[in-house]
Amino acid sequence: MDELEMKRDAELKTADNETPLDKNVRLMSPTQMLLRRFFRSKLSIIGLVMVVGLFLFCFLGPVVYTQWGETEIDKSGMVEYSASKATYTVDGVTYEIRQTMERQESDNAYSAPSASHPLGTDDQGYDVLARLMYGGRVSLLVSFMTVILMTILGVIMGGISGYYGGVADNVIMRVCDILMCLPGIPILMILSSAMDGWVELQLIEEGMRIYILMFFLTLISWPGIARLVRGQILSLREQEYMVAAEAMGYSTGRKIFKHLVPNVMPQLIVQMSLSLGSMILYEATLSYLNMGIKAPYTAWGSMINIITTDPDILQNYPTIWVPAGVCIVIAVLGFNFVGDGLRDALDPKARR
Amino acid sequence: MLKYIVKRLAYAILVLLGVSLIIYFLTRLMPIDFVKNKVVSVQTSGATVNQEMVDAMYEAYGLTENASFGEILKGYLNWLGDLVRFDLGTSFKYGIPVAEKIALHMGTSFIIALIATVFEFMIAIPLGITAATHQYSLRDYVVTILVMVGISLPSFFFGNILKNWLAYELGWFPPLGLTDATMDHSGFELVLDYGRHVFIPILTVVILSIGARMRMTRTNMLEVMNSDYIRTARAKGLKERVVINKHAFRNTLIPLVTSLAGLLPSLFSGAIITEQVFDLPGIGNIALQAMNAGDIPFIMGYNMFLAVLSVIGVLLADLMYALVDPRVKLE
Repeated sequence: MDELEMKRDAELKTADNETPLDKNVRLMSPTQMLLRRFFRSKLSIIGLVMVVGLFLFCFLGPVVYTQWGETEIDKSGMVEYSASKATYTVDGVTYEIRQTMERQESDNAYSAPSASHPLGTDDQGYDVLARLMYGGRVSLLVSFMTVILMTILGVIMGGISGYYGGVADNVIMRVCDILMCLPGIPILMILSSAMDGWVELQLIEEGMRIYILMFFLTLISWPGIARLVRGQILSLREQEYMVAAEAMGYSTGRKIFKHLVPNVMPQLIVQMSLSLGSMILYEATLSYLNMGIKAPYTAWGSMINIITTDPDILQNYPTIWVPAGVCIVIAVLGFNFVGDGLRDALDPKARR
Repeated sequence: MLKYIVKRLAYAILVLLGVSLIIYFLTRLMPIDFVKNKVVSVQTSGATVNQEMVDAMYEAYGLTENASFGEILKGYLNWLGDLVRFDLGTSFKYGIPVAEKIALHMGTSFIIALIATVFEFMIAIPLGITAATHQYSLRDYVVTILVMVGISLPSFFFGNILKNWLAYELGWFPPLGLTDATMDHSGFELVLDYGRHVFIPILTVVILSIGARMRMTRTNMLEVMNSDYIRTARAKGLKERVVINKHAFRNTLIPLVTSLAGLLPSLFSGAIITEQVFDLPGIGNIALQAMNAGDIPFIMGYNMFLAVLSVIGVLLADLMYALVDPRVKLE
């Protein structure tokens, strides 16, 4: 049987010098196609490597790099006063002065990069590399949660308002208008100082501040996504294929999830990737303005905050603040590259 | 058209009401109490403060209604009443009317933002077009990567890097402030001095904002380049230059012009972070200091100012959209 088939195949081949169509064409699922297109772009790969690398650095890094903890102060700093002997001759009398050597334990602050501290220590004697890892956990997690919450809210609101229209659309869009006119950073600053009072009254813990701020940020930043989804659905609703779907008598659910949402996905994913970047920036800016997670814990933005109070560190100790900034840039850049790659891969009109 | 504008203005007022409600209630959540701070500072200077004086101060600053929700609501209505009469109150920290203080510092922010925006458009649009017309080429990659790096830089980090490098290490530009207090310049020299001081801030803003604009141009351009009428234009045998400049680019102008109209009011709002980093006397930096001091009238006034600017921006963008795209009908 097998031999027969092989023979037939061989005959077919010789007959028209071609394999049958189903053997010649490799079938690919849309996901496979998407991945193939995604990995064809070098930038997407670079972006993915950056993002995955940062995640490994932050979440696995402390497992490997165990010399220093996040809140562990290097106490090995040593102040030494060296012994010296001096003789003075005053009015024919010789005085001899002896200095004794004194050693004093203290924090090993401002140390330059060395074997035990690859990135040196900061003004408090914390190891910069270790704090970079732990701080990154906060920055990345907070931004991820913010974007996911924001997207869920935005898609639901935008979907309702775009598909059903009418009163629902009107109400949601007016709420969007109001939220979009709220100035982000100033509003969060007001909220943050309100939280000073709540901390005093022990309603919340100090460590909760950045999480509450970012949660509030999701509440005021979903309109971007909602408008995107709504606008897309509005324009797609008028397309011929939606009229066809209507004529075929498809259910509302099928129309929304099979015909509308997949067409919104490219824009949504691009928006999400950009939002991830901008949320990391938001979190870092809040931390930089001293509204972030409180000492002894840290985040990337908080590590840069020090230069606002101490110009000496800005000029003379770049190892304390530059690495955190570089991490922020890598994170945002990585997400932007991945988002860009995904958009190109998802775009059916793209040339390759 | 007129009906549409009137309707939109009514909506804008509605939006501003919503915004003012949110801002007022958030602000009243603030525990930073300017009066308390003032009492402490008076006490540390040696004088004694009795309760009557404190009460008088609360009265003077209009902060008495803080006991219950109803009283805060009353406070809100009072504040709203003053607002419609364009009275934003007197700033605690600066001691002059809030509107006057805002007007005083708006100019600095506006000039910096305006110059930065002009450069941004001048650099970003040609870059976007080149990247789109040479999609997937080396040029596209280089431009895209550089621009992406620009988008990804946090303003406080990049601003400080530039300040440290160009001002402290190389000493080419002054690091802080808007004028050199040790010199007494006038005329052209004064302008030159301003220029030297705002160079790094503007450079920072331009590098950070080019990316978004360039990406937008590139995306729109790519979309247009893939449309049928571009194929028709090419099939007609038009020169590539004509196809790009006359047929493709013109249609990418719609979102560009719209965004420009929307951008216009926001030029006045000031950049909080950039102005903080370079210690410029712009509206953003002033507001930051007011917020740290718990200057409630100023915070309220500044936030409403920002909200009004963005409402105007949205309105302008929509009107502009209808003006440049005849397919859009205003209803």
